[in-house]
Amino acid sequence: MIELSAPFTEEKIRALKVGDMVNITGRVYTGRDAVHKYLHEGGDCPVDLTDQIIYHCGPVVVKENGKWVVKAAGPTTSAREEPYQGDILRRFGVRGVIGKGGMGEKTLAALKECGAVYMHAIGGAAQVLARCVTEVKGVSMLEEFGSPEAIWEFEVVSFPVVITMDSHGGSLHKEVLAHSSEALQGIL
Amino acid sequence: MSQLRHSLLELVRRTSTTLPDDVTRLLEAGRKQEAEGSVGAYAMNVIHENIGLAQTASQPLCQDTGAILFFVHGPVGMDQMAFRRAAEEAVVEATEKGWLRQNSVDSITGANSGTNLGPGSPTIHFEQWDRPQVDVRLMLKGGGCENVGGQYSLPDNRIGAGRDLEGVRKCVLDATLQAQGKGCGPGILGVCIGGDRGSGYAESKHQLLRKLDDTNPNPELDKLEKSLVEEANSLGIGPMGFGGRTTLLGVKLGVLNRLPASFFVSVSYMCWAYRRQGVVLDASDQSIGEWLY
Ligand code: SF4
Repeated sequence: MIELSAPFTEEKIRALKVGDMVNITGRVYTGRDAVHKYLHEGGDCPVDLTDQIIYHCGPVVVKENGKWVVKAAGPTTSAREEPYQGDILRRFGVRGVIGKGGMGEKTLAALKECGAVYMHAIGGAAQVLARCVTEVKGVSMLEEFGSPEAIWEFEVVSFPVVITMDSHGGSLHKEVLAHSSEALQGIL
Repeated sequence: MSQLRHSLLELVRRTSTTLPDDVTRLLEAGRKQEAEGSVGAYAMNVIHENIGLAQTASQPLCQDTGAILFFVHGPVGMDQMAFRRAAEEAVVEATEKGWLRQNSVDSITGANSGTNLGPGSPTIHFEQWDRPQVDVRLMLKGGGCENVGGQYSLPDNRIGAGRDLEGVRKCVLDATLQAQGKGCGPGILGVCIGGDRGSGYAESKHQLLRKLDDTNPNPELDKLEKSLVEEANSLGIGPMGFGGRTTLLGVKLGVLNRLPASFFVSVSYMCWAYRRQGVVLDASDQSIGEWLY
């Protein structure tokens, strides 16, 4: 198990390899379809994403006694952001993307170029992941995009992920697909 | 609140927050099978922890609380309209309480009804039988896994599947390969051989109501179900598609007659968050008489 704590420097991120199991402690910023499209179309980012992590997540957040509390915070399918992700990594200096299901060639190339990684959260583990969020630091674009699509700033402790695409061109998704396709050919 | 509505609300709560025993047992067996320290074991450990937390806190296992599918058997003379009203009220209340996410949107405008009610939601399948009790089963089926289901029309040249059980085997293994990394595995496949495009998919979901450790009444299909799980697990896809041994927990094969000209194989994929429960309602007061899973 690798502990990855903020600040997320290029050096720390370049050291991560496909298959590494990592606990993240620090800040992550949620962003899904609306945010990616908006930034890709040239929109100004209300937060500084330099050396930060974007999380593909539409959380359930409620206000209790005047404070935001996260009720569920599992990953959503990342493939939908494939048209935008590479461009956003380059423009804003993002160091990591958390999601599920992996991403394609464009993103893989951008990860290599920028020194960033794709981190796979455990799909469906809404309760485990919500409990790793210790504090909601802020929210932007809430009015414009609505709660699930807003940019939430989460302080997380020991948030469990697996590196499935690294900054050296490695992709666990490609590896498993190649191996399993070959194994299937063998038994058909 | 009517007793029926009360019983259905409790059914929704338990389905959303607690996995049935037959599922947790196989997930636990899968967890032990993964190589120690592997990524697959890691995924299974997080899933295990999540199941415990959701049950204790009575919170949804997964934030995608899915499509709401009721399967109801009742005696002749049962008031289906009253049942539907009670089910809808239970769904609205479960949504308010957070056991269901606001998950039903208008297909054209994208507007969220906020209550989980709308055309087709919840879906209720009614069936009569010759017993006095009402048997209600509920499945919550998430979008990620529903998206990776598929329907094959045999013969299928891409995968070399002909119109026989060997062809069915190829469809199931191909569907498993295609779903990797997408449907939050380990998964369970409900399969229908035959039927038309509509009835085939419906029957594939019905197959997901079977218990994981049951026996198919057709010995040939029973054998195929078991060997397909083994073969799928030999592909090395593993939990979440990370690589590993536990790719599928089960395959359930059902059969419908077909037209001579058609041969469909319909596959519904269910994710590890296999949320299905059922109750038998007490005939006198519609309270929960028995839990079915
Ligand atoms: S596929 Fe299942 S576990 Fe995964 S996000 Fe969807 S409902 Fe949840």
